[in-house]
Amino acid sequence: MTGNAAKSLSVYPVTSAEEATGESILAVIVDNEPGVLARVVSLISARGYNIESLTVAETDVEKHRSRITIVTRGTPSKIEQIKAQLGRLVPVRRVIDVTKETDAIERELALVKITGRGETRVEAMRLAEIFRARAIDTTHNSFVFEVTGAREKINAFIDLMRPLGLTEISRTGVLSIRRGPESD
Amino acid sequence: MTAQRANKEEAAGTPAPAITKAGAELLLDALEEQGVEVIFGYPGGAVLPIYDAIFARDKIRHVLVRHEQGAVHAAEGYARSTGKPGVVLVTSGPGATNAVTGLADALLDSIPLVCITGQVARKLIGTDAFQECDTIGITRACTKHNYLVPSAEKLSTIVHEAFHVATHGRPGPVLLDIPKDVQFEEAPYVSRDQAVMRDCITTPAINDRQISQAVDLIRRARRPVFYTGGGMINAGKAACDALRALARETGVPVTSTLMGLGAFPASDPLWLGMLGMHGSFEANSAMHDCDLMIAIGARFDDRVTGRLDAFSPGSRKIHIDIDPSSINKNVQVDLSIVGDAGAVTAAILSEWRASVKENPVDSGRLALWRAQIDQWRAKKSFSFETSKEVIKPQHAIQRLFELTRGRDVYITTEVGQHQMWAAQHFHFDDPNRWLTSGGLGTMGYGLPAAVGVQVAHPNALVIDIAGDASVQMTMQEMSTAVQHDLPIKIFILNNAYLGMVRQWQELLHGGRYSHSYSESLPDFVKLAEAYGGVGMRATTPAELDEKIKAMIDCPKPVLFDCVVTQEENVFPMIPSGAAHNEMLLGGKVTGDEIGAEGRKLV
Ligand SMILES: Cc1ncc(C[n+]2csc(CCOP(=O)(O)OP(=O)(O)O)c2C)c(N)n1
Repeated sequence: MTGNAAKSLSVYPVTSAEEATGESILAVIVDNEPGVLARVVSLISARGYNIESLTVAETDVEKHRSRITIVTRGTPSKIEQIKAQLGRLVPVRRVIDVTKETDAIERELALVKITGRGETRVEAMRLAEIFRARAIDTTHNSFVFEVTGAREKINAFIDLMRPLGLTEISRTGVLSIRRGPESD
Repeated sequence: MTAQRANKEEAAGTPAPAITKAGAELLLDALEEQGVEVIFGYPGGAVLPIYDAIFARDKIRHVLVRHEQGAVHAAEGYARSTGKPGVVLVTSGPGATNAVTGLADALLDSIPLVCITGQVARKLIGTDAFQECDTIGITRACTKHNYLVPSAEKLSTIVHEAFHVATHGRPGPVLLDIPKDVQFEEAPYVSRDQAVMRDCITTPAINDRQISQAVDLIRRARRPVFYTGGGMINAGKAACDALRALARETGVPVTSTLMGLGAFPASDPLWLGMLGMHGSFEANSAMHDCDLMIAIGARFDDRVTGRLDAFSPGSRKIHIDIDPSSINKNVQVDLSIVGDAGAVTAAILSEWRASVKENPVDSGRLALWRAQIDQWRAKKSFSFETSKEVIKPQHAIQRLFELTRGRDVYITTEVGQHQMWAAQHFHFDDPNRWLTSGGLGTMGYGLPAAVGVQVAHPNALVIDIAGDASVQMTMQEMSTAVQHDLPIKIFILNNAYLGMVRQWQELLHGGRYSHSYSESLPDFVKLAEAYGGVGMRATTPAELDEKIKAMIDCPKPVLFDCVVTQEENVFPMIPSGAAHNEMLLGGKVTGDEIGAEGRKLV
């Protein structure tokens, strides 16, 4: 702009360009009808946001409601946009910003395959115990561990297993629910 | 069993559990119950059962178009000029894909439509059957919602829900994809009040605290402005009346977007003219310098805001919109009110009245602001050089406006320079009279939209202000107009250029007119005659008035070839990437008006 920009009287900054991005967990309650997942996913991807994890399953058989849990990244205003846009979709009943709720529990399940023999195998077993990971498949030269927890715990487990012969990972994506007697 | 018998029994209120009908009949029953008067459509294999049902009934009029895009634009014209949803019927595959442009247009401009597409039989879906396409997948991003109708049993309920979705909240197009075998399948009819619809669109109740906050801000403002958009038109006549009363009682001037023209009368002294890229100097200056902006049913589009970080830097902003996702999308506001534009405006009006009764406002509080606006107005930013030899396009619109004054007139437009000149020089005192493709900017919108308007208003004077290039995109609908006795007037500002493209090439690309000359233009007069319409041509200012009068009096569809100056530019102009107070006001331009940043924007 030419000349000196008039100082904003607005209580909000005129530009929102320099907001920091953060991670957000959104739980979306939807009518379980054909195409509903495509609608939700394409809305987010059409706006250029990446979905870091996604879980979906019917949670209320009688009312045909499903719960979709999405982990995505963006600036706070972009996340607000995504929430408002999701709220406009006809089959979407509710959008819960789990990240903003202090009393939300977050869980994820991972299956981790470790191959190897000898010393590293013993070490893998020992670490698995600390993380309360269960060995659900065992051969002479491999394990499959099942581990649940918040994402940081799973990430930490995976990092520790990496040098011990980790060959494959499968993760469910994040689930969330509210603590206490109240429900969403 | 006949359709009549079934209707009678329903009318008698009997539950009639045993009565079943074919899906095609159920569809028409539901459309009739929804009050549909007209369908714009085009037949094909996958909708033949529906056309068979239409053949046997006469309650709903069917207008056969010449291309499915035309059907959708005609339905938009019908909807925008009546406030009722428009209905489209097309076949599967190419019928559906041809409709896509119209659906995208209706989505961006929030026009309520219900579009019915045929689909191949259920067991053939996914087999690449003849004329199969994934209509639901293709139209997901260009409809407000779409349905693949799974069975005849669900059909009537889905139709009722589709109308609800199209017309409630922020309106938009809804598509129903009906497999051919569902059109034959028998099921009982479900009436509108029996249909189990989801409460899928809810508008929050009016929050009194927000209303009084808004009134408080208006009371304290010294440089306030209303900025209203297409949402105000969608909210209806009563909403526009509330806006008029509120503006007059508060003394706050009004500007509108391209989509919002007509909500506030152009003849009112508080009117600032259109704002945005080609808006008036006073409207854009008022937006830039105001201390309070009250946006109603407008969405801070980039054509309106210009450079975002320089947009109205000194103002507090109130945003009233029915769509929560429009709020804080492009511009952060200080007070957001989610709700119907009409209901909220009326609530602010009554709160204002109560407030000034108790505690009157100083009537001189806006005097300085008014004086400032008068100074901006004095620039006469829409003025242009007149000529005695050649017709200036702006002059042609002015004459068209003057000569149609006092008539029952509706204006549609195509997209380009002529659209902007129409917005600048044709003035509207009422809503729903101005129909243009604002969001998508679809060349080819105006002619079929005029068809739709004329169907809804048979005795009105309906004029499509067109460009020589745009009009050729949907020219075949001239045949529709002739067939259905729709005496639309297509007023072509013929500059022999893709004018708006040429203007940008002049301003941004060093005057290199790459492929923007309208080569091999048809003879529009002969073309009109070939269609069975009437062709007219004006080439000098001296003959213009006579010819326009002849056009108005002609009882048939007219193609009017108004030959205008070729290299006229639309001014004022806020170049892309510039702020509202950096307008180009016309005269000679050098070609470096737009910075490198702006050049990347479109
Ligand atoms: C379907 C479509 N294609 C391309 C464009 C890009 N475009 C915008 S204006 C314009 C030129 C329009 O020319 P004309 O209809 O003669 O109107 P004028 O600008 O000369 O008044 C073009 C090509 C568009 N808006 N729509």
